[in-house]
Amino acid sequence: MSTDKLNDLAIRCGEWLRGSGPQSEIVMSSRIRLARNLAEYPFIRRCTESDRLAIEKSFQDAIGSVGDWKSLLFCDVAALPTVDRQLLVERQLISRELSETNGARCVYIDPQEQFSLMVNEEDHLRMQVMHSGLDMETAWEQINKMDDLLGERLNFAFHERLGYLTACPTNVGTGMRVSVMLHLPALVITQQIEKVFRSLQKMGLAVRGLYGEGSQAMGDFYQISNQITLGRSELDLVKQVGEVIPVIIDYERQARAFLVKESRKDLHDRVSRAHGILCTAQTISSEETLHLLSSVRMGVYLGLIQDLEIPTINKLFIHTQPAHLQKLRGAELPSADRNVERAMYLQAHLRPNSNGGSAKDN
Amino acid sequence: MKCQQCEKPATFHITELTGQEPQELHLCEGCAKSYLMKDESATPVAPTLANVLAKQLQIGKAAEELAKLDQRACPVCGITFFEFRNQGRLGCPHDYVFFERELTPLIANIHGESRHVGKHPPGHAGASDQQTELIRLRREMEDAKTKEHYERAAKIRDQIRELEKQVKPKNRPQAEGQGTA
Repeated sequence: MSTDKLNDLAIRCGEWLRGSGPQSEIVMSSRIRLARNLAEYPFIRRCTESDRLAIEKSFQDAIGSVGDWKSLLFCDVAALPTVDRQLLVERQLISRELSETNGARCVYIDPQEQFSLMVNEEDHLRMQVMHSGLDMETAWEQINKMDDLLGERLNFAFHERLGYLTACPTNVGTGMRVSVMLHLPALVITQQIEKVFRSLQKMGLAVRGLYGEGSQAMGDFYQISNQITLGRSELDLVKQVGEVIPVIIDYERQARAFLVKESRKDLHDRVSRAHGILCTAQTISSEETLHLLSSVRMGVYLGLIQDLEIPTINKLFIHTQPAHLQKLRGAELPSADRNVERAMYLQAHLRPNSNGGSAKDN
Repeated sequence: MKCQQCEKPATFHITELTGQEPQELHLCEGCAKSYLMKDESATPVAPTLANVLAKQLQIGKAAEELAKLDQRACPVCGITFFEFRNQGRLGCPHDYVFFERELTPLIANIHGESRHVGKHPPGHAGASDQQTELIRLRREMEDAKTKEHYERAAKIRDQIRELEKQVKPKNRPQAEGQGTA
């Protein structure tokens, strides 16, 4: 895998921040992943390095024999430099687990970035489909077909009563996780977010931050997903998550309307200050950037900022993350230098008088 | 409008939807804050695998029984129950059969269900014994190698190759099979 191809990726926006699709004002992306294991190898924790290589080979043969998948980008994750692995994590194309673990492991990526196939993650195969906006049904249709293509070519570990067998019993059955990424700044400001989460937990749904398990809710992004994987059909799980999303969207809209109505001045002040800092800071961390961009994103949708467009902001969310910033700069930078570089990047793309210029180099 | 709990003007209008019927609350900033905080501390912790397992084992087992259980090792992949308990990850598909008695209540606890109703692999015939045997043989071969019993390792390798031939070409579709010999 050449680093060139990754450079090409870095310039683009990526599926989860494309900012299009149904309800994209609040729903960033819909994602479905399936966990699968080959029946003739132990689960990952008990694999020797030669097992891992043999597993990679099995998937290479199977994936290579699918006519439509000739154009997939192959990345030998074990051989990638840290910054490239991080780039793939930031784009949500691989998990942190796949990035940080040891041993032979790889990923096949759809050039449109709508799906990826991770080999030797916690399970032998983790495949995921990601669509911009609220679009779970089509995502399921797509991943179901992909799973069939591979299931015809490989023997997945399957048990008549328990379904697909996974390394962790929490994934057994369908091996499926449906997650929807939401941008909920107004529920955070009005301090209602915790209550929403508690109701979701009571319904058997999990809430995670931007980068999945254990990650904090950076930039007011939250992922809602199913907790259980057994005893319900895949479509039922899609439905379970799907039913609750419109309700949360409605809460967020109400919270935004409430803020506009009851404290327009405070809100306008908050958004403008966020915008001001992003335009003028001389050094800024990625956490602060996410936090401020979140306010600005909401501000644009509410008409509190005029001269900015959503695609620009979505792009800044991803381009100001550490690995992307370094890729775009073409050099590895220590944290302090990154913060300066990030401030410069933001200035160049956000200042009103530079808007024309930034539109051209987009 | 005044705050329902003090004399200050109510700036927070909360609709509580978690109860039987929606309940409207009109509070000032201070009272709203403490109302919301009070609820926060009661957040239920999502049950983790380790918690569920610990609870389940404590209920039914005496200490020595538990120690015995911990030492049970899967004949296919070699993982002990203790290792699974510690890492929360199983060693091979056969563990679901070998540790069935322990896993069944655990799985019922996590999922509230015990039977898969989702899709099946296309043209699936059930996990064969041959595949399980392959896992066991590969481990045995590694073991022989580390003990420098190379003749034995070579013998096992031949067995593995023979078995691999039998399991491999399943029902690979011909139409798209370009490039695969």
